[in-house]
Amino acid sequence: MKKILEVKNLSVSFNTYNGEVQAVRNVSFDLYEGETLAIVGESGSGKSVTSKSLLRLNPVETTMLKHGQILYNGKDILTCKEQEIRAIRGAEISMIFQDPMTALNPTMTIGSQIAESIKKHTALRGHQITERVIELLQLVGINEADKRYKQYPHQFSGGMRQRIVIAMALACEPRIIIADEPTTALDVSIQAQILELLKNIQKKMNLSIIFITHDLGVVAKMADRVAVMYAGKIIEIGLVDEIFYHCQHPYTQGLLAAMPNPDIETDTLYAIPGTPPNLLHPPNGDAFAARNKQALKIDFLEEPPMFKVSDTHYAATWLLHEQAPKMIPIHQQLALAECNEREKAPVFDTTNPFLSLKGVKQHFKLDKNTINKAVDGITFDIYKGEIFGLVGESGCGKSTTGRSIIGLNIVTAGDIHIDGRNINEAKTRQEKLAFNRKVQMIFQDPYSSLNPRMKIADIISEGLAIHGVPKSEWKIKIYELLNIVGLTKEYANRYPHELSGGQRQRIGIARALAVEPELIIADEPISALDVSIQAQIVNLLKKLQKERGLTYLFIAHDLSMVKYISNRIGVMHRGKIVELAESQELYDHPIHPYTKALLSAIPLPDPKLERERQRIIFNEVEYNATNRESESFTEVRPGHFVMLTEEELTQYHQAISESILQ
Amino acid sequence: MTTKITEDATLKKYPPDLFEPVSQHELSDDFTYRSEQSFWQDAWLGLRKNKAAIVGLCIIILVILLAIFGPFMNNHGYDEQNIARTNLPPKVPVLENISFLGLNGVDSRGVDQYKAKGISEYFWFGTDELGRDLWTRIWQGTRISLYIAFLAATIDLIIGVAYGAVSAFYGGRTDHIMQRIIEVLVGIPGLIVNILLILILKPGIISITIAMVIVGWISMARIVRAQILKLKSYEFVLASRTLGASNQRLIWKHLIPNTLGPIIVATTFTIPGAIFTEALLSFIGLGLQPPTASLGTIVNDSYKLLRIYPHGMIFSSIVISLIMISFNLLGDGLRDAFDPKTRK
Repeated sequence: MKKILEVKNLSVSFNTYNGEVQAVRNVSFDLYEGETLAIVGESGSGKSVTSKSLLRLNPVETTMLKHGQILYNGKDILTCKEQEIRAIRGAEISMIFQDPMTALNPTMTIGSQIAESIKKHTALRGHQITERVIELLQLVGINEADKRYKQYPHQFSGGMRQRIVIAMALACEPRIIIADEPTTALDVSIQAQILELLKNIQKKMNLSIIFITHDLGVVAKMADRVAVMYAGKIIEIGLVDEIFYHCQHPYTQGLLAAMPNPDIETDTLYAIPGTPPNLLHPPNGDAFAARNKQALKIDFLEEPPMFKVSDTHYAATWLLHEQAPKMIPIHQQLALAECNEREKAPVFDTTNPFLSLKGVKQHFKLDKNTINKAVDGITFDIYKGEIFGLVGESGCGKSTTGRSIIGLNIVTAGDIHIDGRNINEAKTRQEKLAFNRKVQMIFQDPYSSLNPRMKIADIISEGLAIHGVPKSEWKIKIYELLNIVGLTKEYANRYPHELSGGQRQRIGIARALAVEPELIIADEPISALDVSIQAQIVNLLKKLQKERGLTYLFIAHDLSMVKYISNRIGVMHRGKIVELAESQELYDHPIHPYTKALLSAIPLPDPKLERERQRIIFNEVEYNATNRESESFTEVRPGHFVMLTEEELTQYHQAISESILQ
Repeated sequence: MTTKITEDATLKKYPPDLFEPVSQHELSDDFTYRSEQSFWQDAWLGLRKNKAAIVGLCIIILVILLAIFGPFMNNHGYDEQNIARTNLPPKVPVLENISFLGLNGVDSRGVDQYKAKGISEYFWFGTDELGRDLWTRIWQGTRISLYIAFLAATIDLIIGVAYGAVSAFYGGRTDHIMQRIIEVLVGIPGLIVNILLILILKPGIISITIAMVIVGWISMARIVRAQILKLKSYEFVLASRTLGASNQRLIWKHLIPNTLGPIIVATTFTIPGAIFTEALLSFIGLGLQPPTASLGTIVNDSYKLLRIYPHGMIFSSIVISLIMISFNLLGDGLRDAFDPKTRK
């Protein structure tokens, strides 16, 4: 294979108010023609900075290039003239950004945005450009391209916009595409479409792709080679199979172990302890040593060099040194341990559900004639001590459901009973407070969910103040709560901005626990966190549930995590629950076409499986064209409810009886 | 593969004890213990570290002290006229010996007016065209200007914050109506409102204050409204609501503290603004009536004699400038002090 790009000993620092942040430290890698190199890492690991350096897109004022070379066509990108780099940008190397909502200029038609770089870099003029634009739009799968190229970005959906962004990147037939988290802002099924599109285009045009992501599932689906970054360094690089099945660095092992594996029933997820180091003062030796349970003494003293595992596989860990003791890799240790402890399925009191929703509707009036039916008649029960997962794509009404239950919205129709009492009956302030004590919520965004002007102690004690707990008891209670969520009492006197995302989420949990609730609504509590931190929070939530007998409504879009944590799962689509079953049952026997499509769209962290898997496509138009009037929520198997029309139901029964006969 | 492999490092022999696993050390949090303080103590500490703000605060205190006690520091009354001693330049004991300071009673033509007029007293800031002592008048005027400024700023603050907060917090129809009222008020030029009002009421301190307050709070209300509209949808407000917080609690504990920055900045602009407006109104004859002095009226009176007797203009301008600068410095410092993110 031909080498197309070569990065040698790249080090980039940023000048900040507090000092020099060493964002990228001595990174070297090659890119070959036609391959996809995935760069994986947590936020702040330097993966975006590395990729932006390839086009010299880092802010000029604050960036310090310490040393290094980026060779493309024998030219050093880091030192060439501004004119030369401009000729490379877009024409030779182009970029796809994370958020399609902000990557397009809302005041320009998409056609003229795509045409911009064609005009700049090619000799095409006039209607030739238009033809090329239409051709590109067809290439990225936009129908009626000859009409739609005159439209503005707001006339396209998120997925469509990302396709347009890709068309822009492809406009001048570049040889390298840098995709910086191109699907993070998209729903799983759209993500699957975009990933497939990128793969097809790569095959057609023999592109090299540098794919930056934190999602190991996406890596397994897309990558040929993987580079794992931690604290500004590449700590392991190799072919995708080598990384996923024979990884050597304890950090890579930890990351893989932290993903819930759908095939293994586990009690706790493996969580990498602690948080990534501060790159203002990078630690001596191996940056990961402080979080590594298998750390050797030398890890704290000397930086490990890149050890060669195979011709394509290198890892920077002292464990590969011939003098090092042999250790069982973390992910294998885990697999061994798990075989022993498998829990029995818990039994719930199904006659008296703790939370019961009956035909709940939540409509929002947008203007005189349009009504947004965010939640459109949902019925389900949650039993005491259960974890109920609610999944669906953005805009399906899952968060609205959570907010309606906790009383942030007044429901349009239907009844919500909590612990046998209708929440609409709570009229006086006393009754409302009593209700608030029972139900609490954990929020998604750890950055906006804590008041930046309040100290942690004040944030946690707010519930105590509202519910009239005497002030003398607060201090003990605050320390106790901090201890429960795994923080020391010194945190009480901090402000939120001094804490990391995972720590903030712990404070959010402590705040909810302060009033000793029985039901906790967790609204995407982990989706804004890094993989290694996600596992910590999920473990904490599970531990609390066990110790305190809590009931959870766990709202998320990440099905694999929901499957891991929940006892039962409800799948929402367009304001309705379309399927509801026990999590294993739902996973093994999805019936509703939407559930099937959703399950098949989740990328799994297993490259071999990803290569074989066929995606099931949910055809929304066809689905809506069938007569949905007659649909009803039917129990097709014990405890497994599906929203099906009569026709579909008969089809289903037929299919079952046929399979029995055979 | 060009990934640089230092052969020697991978093959080098190290002392074997380096390859022993480290005993499982505790996850140490690397921060120092900090004593417990309330939000206000933290803010005060933050302010104390800001040198510019402290300088501003000291100047403000000094000016206020002089405004209170200055007029009593000699025995001239602020309205005591004497044609025999008009337009005397400043003359200060001791400092009169340093000639370049110009505090020796010699006017711009080089004539020692004190000798020429046979006056043995010292007038520290000189006198005006009616022979009134400018030291007394300037501090008397500062007193009145500050009084008007503080009063106007406080009323602006109260009405503006309350109006903006209510409008944004309750939203919907309430917001709609309240914003239309603001738009009507903004549509009428402020000066016209002031003039009309002063025509009805008698010119004086109270009517000037009322005139300034009537339209002054609008910008404050708009700033607060915009901030609260943004903050209202933040998850920490939702979290507080799910805990059962009342509306008062939401507004006072969550929304207003997070709006403090813009509120303080707006107020530090209101105070100098009010001093200016008062000066302007007095200048066009609608403000304070003689013999009452304010910084505005003194500037107005003395600017006509600027060429010949610049001292009246210079001293009053210096006092106005000091007030403005120090309020801005203090305002900046306060804004940072109330924002935990800017503290270390």
